[in-house]
Amino acid sequence: MATEILMPALSPTMEEGTLAKWLVKEGDTVSSGDILAEIETDKATMEFEAVDEGIVGKILIAEGTEGVKVNTPIAVLVEEGEDASALPAAAPAAAAVAEAAPVAVEAPAPAAAPAAPVVDLSPDWPADAPMAQQTVREALRDAMAEEMRGDEDVFLMGEEVAEYQGAYKVSQGLLDEFGGKRVIDTPITEHGFAGIAVGSAFGGLKPIVEFMTFNFAMQAIDQIINSAAKTLYMSGGQMGCPIVFRGPNGAAARVAAQHSQDYAAWYMQVPGLKVVMPYSAADAKGLLKSAIRDPNPVVFLENEILYGRSFDVPQVDDLTIPLGKARIWREGSDVTIVSFGIGMQFALEAADKLAEEGISAEVIDLRTIRPMDTGAIINSVMKTNRLVTVEEGWPQGSVGSYISSVVMQEAFDYLDAPVINCTGKDVPMPYAANLEKLALITTDEVIAAVKQVTYR
Amino acid sequence: MAARKTTKKPNVSAEELKTYYREMLLIRRFEEKAGQLYGMGLIGGFCHLYIGQEAVVVGLEAAAKEGDKRITSYRDHGHMLACGMEPGGVMAELTGRIGGLSKGKGGSMHMFSKEKHFYGGHGIVGAQVPLGAGLAFADKYKENGGVTFTYFGDGAANQGQVYETFNMAALWDLPVVFVIENNQYAMGTAQARSTSTKDIYHRGEAFGIPGEIVNGMDVLAVKEAGEKAVAHCRAGKGPYILEIKTYRYRGHSMSDPAKYRTREEVQKVREQSDPIEHVRELLLAGKHATEDDLKAIDKEIKEIVNQAAEFSKESPEPSVEELWTDIYA
Repeated sequence: MATEILMPALSPTMEEGTLAKWLVKEGDTVSSGDILAEIETDKATMEFEAVDEGIVGKILIAEGTEGVKVNTPIAVLVEEGEDASALPAAAPAAAAVAEAAPVAVEAPAPAAAPAAPVVDLSPDWPADAPMAQQTVREALRDAMAEEMRGDEDVFLMGEEVAEYQGAYKVSQGLLDEFGGKRVIDTPITEHGFAGIAVGSAFGGLKPIVEFMTFNFAMQAIDQIINSAAKTLYMSGGQMGCPIVFRGPNGAAARVAAQHSQDYAAWYMQVPGLKVVMPYSAADAKGLLKSAIRDPNPVVFLENEILYGRSFDVPQVDDLTIPLGKARIWREGSDVTIVSFGIGMQFALEAADKLAEEGISAEVIDLRTIRPMDTGAIINSVMKTNRLVTVEEGWPQGSVGSYISSVVMQEAFDYLDAPVINCTGKDVPMPYAANLEKLALITTDEVIAAVKQVTYR
Repeated sequence: MAARKTTKKPNVSAEELKTYYREMLLIRRFEEKAGQLYGMGLIGGFCHLYIGQEAVVVGLEAAAKEGDKRITSYRDHGHMLACGMEPGGVMAELTGRIGGLSKGKGGSMHMFSKEKHFYGGHGIVGAQVPLGAGLAFADKYKENGGVTFTYFGDGAANQGQVYETFNMAALWDLPVVFVIENNQYAMGTAQARSTSTKDIYHRGEAFGIPGEIVNGMDVLAVKEAGEKAVAHCRAGKGPYILEIKTYRYRGHSMSDPAKYRTREEVQKVREQSDPIEHVRELLLAGKHATEDDLKAIDKEIKEIVNQAAEFSKESPEPSVEELWTDIYA
C-alpha cells in the first residue's frame, strides 16, 4: 500500500518550511531511520527521517521549494512491486490536523455586581470553651505533636528541629516524644531536603518541612512550586502532595535585607498551593492542624516576633480551623482594615486609637492568603464603604494590591474612597535601627491611611 | 561507547530474551510513531524521544520487583512503556487528549501512574533526583522493602541538588538506585565540554556511595548491574549508582537540528552497538528464534503501536471543564 510522506513540523512553532534537499531519489529503498531530506525551519536546517520501510515511489515536491506548508504530501512511499505511476494525485493535508487545533476556551464572563457574598461567620470554637494563655510557639508545637500522635505518617524534618530543639524552639520536646525516625535533623541543604520531603509525600507520607526561615526556602522554591504545587494537575488528579512547609517569614529585628522578607505575595500567586499566615496562637494551632491534614501542599508562614507572644487559646480536644476562612477580630462601621500575620498587630492598635477619635474600624484577619476569603472582605466593604490593607511585604504585587483589584471588580459601587495599601517600603531591609524602623509598616501609617479614606 | 560484548554466553532463557526484544522494540516503534505524529502536528510542544536508549529501562525493569518505584525526567516515554503503562494512554497524552494518562493536562513530559509506581515525568533538570530519594525515604519509613530507581542524565549530573541528595541518601541509607543515563550529550553539549570528570559515578565516592559503569547498549549487562544495585539497596546498605553509557539516536527534542555531532557518529553507533540488534543476534545465533518468529513479534508490536496511535487520534480533547479540575485535592 502506498504511504504519503507529509511535510513534517520540526519545531513547536513551525507552520511551513523549505524543502532544502532530497537525500533520496525515486526508486530508492528506504528503511526506518534513513534520512530522506533536509528541511529548513525558521530556526535551523533539520534532517527528516523515514518512519516506514518502502521504496520512494514519487517525489511530489522538488528540492529548493520554499513555503511548503506542514502536512503537505512531499513524496509517496510504495511497497515492492507496486506501480508508482498508478498513484492517485496528492491528497490534501490530513484532516486530523484540523481536529487537533486547539479549542479556544471562552473567557469567563465578568462577574455581575455582587449580591452580598455568602460568608462563613460560624465561631471557630464553642463560646464557652475554657481559655488558657499560650504563646504562638507553644501552640505550633502542640499542633504538630497532636497531629503526630494521631497519624504515624506525619513527620517533621528541617535544620536543627531535633537535637537542638528547633532554631526558634518551635519543635521543643518533639524529638523526645517521637524519636529520631519522625523528627529529623537535616543538613543545611534546603533545595535537597525540600525535594526529598516532596518525594516522600508522593510516596504516601505527610511531611512537615521546617525552614529555619522562609528566606532560605528561596533555595527550595522550585521544589515547592514546580514539584509540590503542580503535580496534582500535571497528573490529571492521580498524584497529590500532602505537605506543609512552615517556618518564620518576614522581618525579625536587625537582621538586614537577606533575612527580612515577607513571602506572602510570592506564594499567594501559585495555583495548587494553599498559603496560611496566622496572627494569634489559637489560629496558629487550629490552622496548622488543618494544614497537616490537608491533602494539598500548604505554605505556612509564621513570624519570629510573634513566637513569644501570648494569646488565649481555647482548651478543646481537637482545635482545627478551616483554611480559607477569615476572622473578624473587631466589628466596626466606618472603615474595613484587612491584614494578616504580624500586620494584624498594627491593624488592631490602629483600630484602638481610632476608636478614641470616634472612628469605628472593622478589622479582618485573613489568616489564609490562598484560598482567600474575599467574601468576608466584600461583605465588610459593603457595610463600611472604605478599605485599608496592611501588610509587611513590598508594595508592587502585594497581597493588598490583589485585594484592591478584587474589591474594585466586585464591589466598586460600594467604595466611597480609593483603597489604600499600607505595605513595607519599597527597599531591601536596612540594618541601621532608625532606617529599619522607617522601612517597616507602623501603626501611625495605618491610622493616617484610615483618616485619608474616611476623609477626616 | 563501550563496544558490544558478544563473547560471553548469556545466562538467560529464550523466553526472557524474547521479552526484552519485544519490550525494546515496543519503545522504538512507539517513539518512531510519536516522531511521525509530531511531524503531522498531532503532538505539540516538546517531545524528547528515547530511541537508542531502550536497553536501559528494559534491563532495569527486569531487575525490579513489584512495588519498586521509578521516577525520571522529561525523556520518559520509554520508562513508562517498560513499567507496563498502556501505550494508548501514553500516546494520547502526547496528543493532549482526555484518554491520556494525565487527561491531556501533562503532555509528553508529565505522566504518572500510581498503579505502576511511576512517579513522573519531571521537566526541571535534576529536580527528580531528590524526589526519587524522597520516595525511597517513604519506603524506608514504611519498612516495606521497596527500592526506587531514580533516573537522570549526564546533564542533570551537574545540578547541585543531585549532590545534596547524594549526601542525604548516603547519610540516611536510603534504598535508591541512582541511574545516570549517560547519553553523552546534555542537549547540545558533549560531556567533555560540560563535566569535569569522565566517569560521573565517581562523584558518588565522595559521599561513600558505590557505583559502576554499565554498557547501556547491552540489555543483559544492564539487568545484571541492576540486580546487583537492587540487592545492595534491599540489604539496607543505602544507595547505589549505575552510570549507564548509552546513546540517543535522535536530537535532544524534536526541534533539535543536532549539529553538535556528525551523522557518521550516530550511524556508527546504530550499526555497531544497537541494543535491539544485539538481542536479535543473540536470539538467532542461539537458535532461540527464527527470522519468522521475530517477524511475527515485529508485526505484533507494529499493531500495538498503530492501535495506540489510533486511540491517541480518536480520543477527544479534554472538556473545557478540565481546565479547572485537579488543582486542589
